[in-house]
Amino acid sequence: MERKFVLRGIASGALAGLFSFVFARIFAEPVIARAINYESARETAQAALDRAAGRPVTPAATELFSRTVQEDIGIAVALVVFGAALGALLSVVFTLIQRGSGRHVRPRTLAVLIAGAAFVSVYLVPFLKYPANPPAIGHADTIETRGSLYLGMQIVSVVAMVLAVQLGRVLSRTRGVWQASLLAGLGYLVVVGITMVLLDPVHETPGPLRDPGGRIVLQGFDADDLYLFRLYAVGGQLILWGVLGLVLGPWAERALKQSGRPLVVNRGTAPAPG
Amino acid sequence: MTTPNLTAAPTATADITAVASGLGGALWLLGAAFLGLLAIYFIGIDQGMVSVFGADLHVHEFVHDGRHFLGFPCH
Repeated sequence: MERKFVLRGIASGALAGLFSFVFARIFAEPVIARAINYESARETAQAALDRAAGRPVTPAATELFSRTVQEDIGIAVALVVFGAALGALLSVVFTLIQRGSGRHVRPRTLAVLIAGAAFVSVYLVPFLKYPANPPAIGHADTIETRGSLYLGMQIVSVVAMVLAVQLGRVLSRTRGVWQASLLAGLGYLVVVGITMVLLDPVHETPGPLRDPGGRIVLQGFDADDLYLFRLYAVGGQLILWGVLGLVLGPWAERALKQSGRPLVVNRGTAPAPG
Repeated sequence: MTTPNLTAAPTATADITAVASGLGGALWLLGAAFLGLLAIYFIGIDQGMVSVFGADLHVHEFVHDGRHFLGFPCH
């Protein structure tokens, strides 16, 4: 059964990645193209300013892959492999919970609940603090700091989500599911909210480029494109986690039915508390 | 992303082999978790803030658009 769940998780995730790629190719890639054009224009303008001021000019980076390869194949491979990896991880979590505390919940519902909690804690909440950025935004020399901050936010968020679910389960025995869920959700929000306030902000969106006289030679990064890129980035993740949960759940149920196992263990017949 | 022992019921044993059917099942779960995290590392992080291939940028540049789109901090 573990083998079936894992393989079906990987396949569901790869499919989700493919859907996410189609969405990204249609909606996000035109924005990425405009962002790269801006990045090039900015490098050219900066080089002209540096030459005029007698400063050393940073040489342009060599291209290892053409834009066509990056926008048609590179992102497709990235999203399908990433989706498959998420599917593998989600199938592990699903298998463990479905055997344990989640055995009173119908598996297809459980898969969607886990995918939803993972989407919120792994992606959406860290995104609120450190949103996705198109090319041209972000200094190369701060990558380590930004990477650590993002990873730290993700770890706090995921741990807080796991603890909140446990808290909710404990509270539900005495307070009922409604109150327990509200209190657990509130606890999660308090922890991630405090973390967001404590962690350093990142402000790297390029403003206007000015010459020594203060005249603007190139405007700042387009605000609409920044908004659109971030909107599509969230959309792509929603597709990724949504398709993964919705495909894996029913597919895992079919595996359980075929093996003759019960889909749901009734609370009255549960051998152990939980 | 979630550690196995936190997902099991508090009163039940947290041993991974208790919920997996035998050693084979446990190995499938551990293998899937390991390979999943490894794949995410190469898609999202390698040749950025840390790198196992030194200063080479082929992986980074190939998955460049995906890395931005997925929200990983990128150059």
